[in-house]
Amino acid sequence: MTLQDTAPYTAKDFKSDQYVRWCPGCGDHAVLNSLQKAMAEVGIEPDKTAVISGIGCSSRLPYYMNTYGFHTIHGRGAAVATGLKTAHPELSVWQITGDGDCLAIGGNHFIHSVRRNVDLNILLFNNQIYGLTKGQYSPTSKKGFVSKSSPFGTVEEPFRPAELTFGARGNFFARTLDVDLKTSVNVMVEAARHKGASVIEILVNCVIFNDGVYGWIADRENRDDRIIVLKHGEKMIFGKNRDKGLMLDGLNLKAVTIGENGITEKEILTHDATCEDTTLHLKLALMQGPDMPIAMGVIRSVEAETYDKAVHAQIAEVQAQTKVRTFDDLVATYESWEM
Amino acid sequence: MAENKNVMDLEYVVVRFSGDSGDGMQLTGTLFSNLSAILGNEISTFPDFPSEIRAPHGTLGGVSGFQVCLGANKVYTPGDLADVLVAINPAALKVNAKGIKNTGVIIIDSDSFGKQDLEKAEFKTDNPFEELGMPDSIQLIRVPLSSMTTESLKEFGLDKKTVLRSKNMFALGFICFLFGRSIDQAIHFLENKFKKKPEVLKFNTKALIDGFNYGQNIDASITTYQISKSNKMPKGIYTNLEGNKAVALGLIAAAQKAGKELFLGSYPITPATDIMHELAARKDMGVKVVQAEDEIAGICTAIGASFGGDLAATTTSGPGLALKSEAIGLAVMSELPLVIVDVMRGGPSTGLPTKTEQTDLSQALYGRNGESPVVVLSPSTPTNCFDYAFAASKIALEHMTPVILLSDAFLGNGASLWKIPKLSELPAITPSTIPASFTGKYNACVRNEKTKVRYWAAPGMEGYAHRNGGLEKDYDKGTLSTVAPNHEKMVKTREAKIAKIADFIPELEVEGDKDADLLVIGWGSTHGHLMSAISELNRTGKKIALAHFNYINPLPKNTAEIIRKYNKIVVCELNSGQFANYLRSKVENVHYHQYNKVQGQPFTAYELKECFTKLLEE
Repeated sequence: MTLQDTAPYTAKDFKSDQYVRWCPGCGDHAVLNSLQKAMAEVGIEPDKTAVISGIGCSSRLPYYMNTYGFHTIHGRGAAVATGLKTAHPELSVWQITGDGDCLAIGGNHFIHSVRRNVDLNILLFNNQIYGLTKGQYSPTSKKGFVSKSSPFGTVEEPFRPAELTFGARGNFFARTLDVDLKTSVNVMVEAARHKGASVIEILVNCVIFNDGVYGWIADRENRDDRIIVLKHGEKMIFGKNRDKGLMLDGLNLKAVTIGENGITEKEILTHDATCEDTTLHLKLALMQGPDMPIAMGVIRSVEAETYDKAVHAQIAEVQAQTKVRTFDDLVATYESWEM
Repeated sequence: MAENKNVMDLEYVVVRFSGDSGDGMQLTGTLFSNLSAILGNEISTFPDFPSEIRAPHGTLGGVSGFQVCLGANKVYTPGDLADVLVAINPAALKVNAKGIKNTGVIIIDSDSFGKQDLEKAEFKTDNPFEELGMPDSIQLIRVPLSSMTTESLKEFGLDKKTVLRSKNMFALGFICFLFGRSIDQAIHFLENKFKKKPEVLKFNTKALIDGFNYGQNIDASITTYQISKSNKMPKGIYTNLEGNKAVALGLIAAAQKAGKELFLGSYPITPATDIMHELAARKDMGVKVVQAEDEIAGICTAIGASFGGDLAATTTSGPGLALKSEAIGLAVMSELPLVIVDVMRGGPSTGLPTKTEQTDLSQALYGRNGESPVVVLSPSTPTNCFDYAFAASKIALEHMTPVILLSDAFLGNGASLWKIPKLSELPAITPSTIPASFTGKYNACVRNEKTKVRYWAAPGMEGYAHRNGGLEKDYDKGTLSTVAPNHEKMVKTREAKIAKIADFIPELEVEGDKDADLLVIGWGSTHGHLMSAISELNRTGKKIALAHFNYINPLPKNTAEIIRKYNKIVVCELNSGQFANYLRSKVENVHYHQYNKVQGQPFTAYELKECFTKLLEE
């Protein structure tokens, strides 16, 4: 029995009646479709779902969802979502953010929501550009990137979202490509099921200001040779012919071809997303072409206590030990006297 | 200096405890105040902290004070000048030298006035009293506090540091004797305080009793005090409550009254943090507290909780309010209930973090982009911080708006007697939840056409899924809109919603001599000082009245009517004239005199009397 058979919802149930206003060809369209499919697959009720965003092109997404939605202010979506989820852990809370919203103006809220392990599903739309303000470099733009605000190229190093997530002691990190609907839906479903802050870096094409930024892997012809979709418990194998794999070479990873130089499938690493140690997860997340494939799928998924549940557990624990329930009970415990 | 025994019968007495910030003067002061309240005195207290947590021992920067005014009748303020000053060291004496009456009494720890102690306090001679130019009329009581406490606690075998930290209890015992306070009640307080530390209780109690006995033994040579009981207080159960704690309780009571869960998102900042401390301790009440990563996250988590259907609040002081500005705008635009408590301190920038000021009024009223009206309230006593925190919550929930509550360091740290109310005695709170009878298609702009208040639906409520946010919305459909006339209509709607709240708040009442030649106008924490100056002048036949504002935006409906009744008006506030300017824009063509003070300190009744007398003569 597949999940689709049991889920009472279809993607349509999550679509609002609003006209989608992203540019034609924008990667955000595909992500929206994946999200609606993923929500239907998880079977969460639209009325118990809240989609919270900051500011930026991607942050318009809540208007297109038939769920509760809140389009907040620049960079603060993580904080608003933290408040909502902490107040009401029974809700499914999704945060929609971009590389500027999440990693520049909202960087502080991002690392703290990850550190606290608030049970949020964070969709980080990374197009390495500011689109809504018409084309400035972002905290993820590569060094030397030429944009309207960096006409001679940037002179600063970018953030790598995975590194930041792990640095903030994140327990869940996944990556997908906007146009790869299958992987996108899969990682969103996994994120929804994971209890804790789940960060999904979505590589998104900005057709107007940064077209082709992920062209090397978006290229259908060669994509399978240039990415590896990691699956927990499975061998790290990739390639059009499924003949390539990842091995350890000392403390580093290397890409090999199975059958060459006497390498057999047995020597290929098996992906363990649940390993608490981040060393290998970080190495996987930071792999770059052309010698190595770009890692996609769920790279890390470790169970840990969530902040929102812990807050309520502590309240329950204190309440179990006291009879003080109401305002009147409380003031009765004060040092007081009759006058 | 005089050293003679007598008994003084007083209507009011002001006692100031002063020492190093580690000397326990706050505790001594609080216990003494509570003892006096139990005996039937009215009290008003104010602590004066240094901004350093532990400045070098014995230095001027480390002096921490606590002042209380006890009275037989209405006590409006902690008082201007002290009748009795307890100065644990020369630094405390120096810092407070100007704050004592010519007829006052100074009690010093004579063991702490050695050469080194005097040098630390930057005295140049070995006679600090002469150096400070203190008049002979001040009576000096030298108590060898350190050595007497050491002797008293010999049997416990404690280290020197612990022994010396107990000298505040010896001092308290001595003061209890001077003022005829019951030693049994003081012991009872200590028993409650040190319930879980029996050893600490034992030696503190011993020091306390020995201090009291010491007073009895030297009885022959000192002044003692008698203050009659207050008989004007309404009967009831009382406690002594600080303003910050009162705010926390007001929020708790409002949440229970409204049937809502209470959420606080906050970031530590002086002098507001005690509100968060109190709420974080109230897990028994189910209060959810997030200590956020910064001021912005403090308010944004609260907005998230409000979106989720909670009574949400954030607490801060001036610099934090500045950081929260954009988010307050979001709450205005998304029309979500939110209580923002600003415990004002001296500014701008970091300013005077531990001192009091009323300089955030303009920021509260105007400090946002766009046309962004919010409700502004300000309590006027430590204990009515409870009432106005409750009122702020009620307005927020019933009118779907952020409300800024302007408290300040004087109210937040100060304390006064609080007649404990029952929850059932408090007004009902009816949040603007979408009524079950609603049959149309819900969106974020569905509102009560009469009050302009929108209806609230929160995630989890079936059938009301909707989108809200900071972008302008269509008046009818709640969808995004940049249509020109619609924006103006929405601006006016949000404005009208706030203006209509005037129909739901009490009218302004004039205190003092209503048929006055001079109307004094004040707002917030200055009420006590203004009223005490005015009632003293009223007693001498001067015709002065007070119009004191707790509701600032919107103003009470009869504001203009009252202001226009009087020929001479003076607006008194602890800033350069922010409320006066606001009134000028609201009630025009009136000449407003101003009395302003921006020193990080409250008014004194003395300076106010001078100002009013002069204005009457003009």
